[in-house]
Amino acid sequence: MLSGENLQHAFGPVRALDGISFSLTAGQTLVLFGPNGAGKTTLLKVLAGLIEPQAGRAQVEGGRAAIGWIGHQSHLYGYLTVRENLLFWARLYHVPPAQARRRAEELLARLDMTERGDVQVRVLSRGLMQRATIARALIHDPKVLLLDEPFTGLDLAAAAEFRELLAEFAGTGRIIVLATHNVDEGVELATDIAFQSRGKFVHLAPRANRSAAEIADSYRQLVGIDGGRGKRG
Amino acid sequence: MGDILRDAWTIARKDLILEFRSRTAFLSAAVFTALVLTVFNFGRDPTAVPTLDLAPSILWVTFTFAAMLALNRAFQLELENQALDGLLVAPLSRHSIYWAKLIANLVFVGTVEAVGLPLFVLFFNVDIGGVLAPLLGVIALATIGFVAVGTLFSAMVIKTRFAELMLPVLLLPFLIPPLIGAVQVTAALFSGRPLSEVQGWLRLLAAYDVGFVTLATLLFPATVNE
Repeated sequence: MLSGENLQHAFGPVRALDGISFSLTAGQTLVLFGPNGAGKTTLLKVLAGLIEPQAGRAQVEGGRAAIGWIGHQSHLYGYLTVRENLLFWARLYHVPPAQARRRAEELLARLDMTERGDVQVRVLSRGLMQRATIARALIHDPKVLLLDEPFTGLDLAAAAEFRELLAEFAGTGRIIVLATHNVDEGVELATDIAFQSRGKFVHLAPRANRSAAEIADSYRQLVGIDGGRGKRG
Repeated sequence: MGDILRDAWTIARKDLILEFRSRTAFLSAAVFTALVLTVFNFGRDPTAVPTLDLAPSILWVTFTFAAMLALNRAFQLELENQALDGLLVAPLSRHSIYWAKLIANLVFVGTVEAVGLPLFVLFFNVDIGGVLAPLLGVIALATIGFVAVGTLFSAMVIKTRFAELMLPVLLLPFLIPPLIGAVQVTAALFSGRPLSEVQGWLRLLAAYDVGFVTLATLLFPATVNE
């Protein structure tokens, strides 16, 4: 279970979270749409425990050990190889060494990175770095995945592969919260949709078979801008 | 406590591997140490003040500045790709991050001192053969205190502008007590006086270490929480 209860947080006069409440259970994927500055990253950071909210409470069943996190940066060390990075993070999540090695190999294979496993991260291209970041976030087989613009830098094939990985992940009863400013990204993964604007959820509802175009229309009406499709509404 | 130390060692080991592979900070600190000793060696008049009177101060001024140069690197490593956020999300105590940086910094500063001490002996012709063990003891005692405080302050300033400048400004006033103690004990050792004469300073160094390692461990989480 993952929940937020009346979450509030401000940076000076800017209210990044203004009374956000929600609750997700196993198998739910909440895709969070909002323009830049809506407070999506702050919400994810609060859920991940990186920011203590000024009011309200965030709860993650299983605590921080249950969280897999992809933020705007990779959290990878340039002078370690991809494999070394994965095993380092696995150790910090107290994954037994043999299991960590097996999991690392599975993820590298899945993300088409096996041959680059012994390459130092500092020489990877942005797309490969993002794939390594995904492997890092999944190395401890988290129960909850918090993703902030995770498709950034991925080419079409890698993005499709990642979407498939996320769908499998969600299908095994995990919880995903995915934040993006682009309505076309990740919408097919959503069981629930939220539109965030100026720190508030202006819409939170099950996806209920709505198409990306329908969601984009609702987004335009409720948030007042286009949702990554090009035009201002 | 076992988990804290295990996680701390995992992170410290990673820091040491990164340093071993990049070598940038170590080489800078080692070269800096050699240059400071060279400047002191040629910038004094040996006929005016006996070398033995100056040597303890020179040794500790050199070690202090070399340590300061080294201390910033511990958290700079975590700024690359915002790895610190990853550590903060991971299920480990904030205290283990402090201890990791403390251990890595101790190894790092200790290695720089291991390079500096022979150079010091070479430049200043001080016979440390008879006092090597107690000298290493006082170096260890003072270094733990320097690094304990320096690690905390480097965490505080690392996200500020001019972190390299801020660290010495904040840190130097706190280093005055252990610096005086270390110079006094080293002077006693070099001049062949018994350690019982400087017991008070040794106690001060030990108390400083215990006090500041404890205080810094307790305060560290507040420096990394957003």
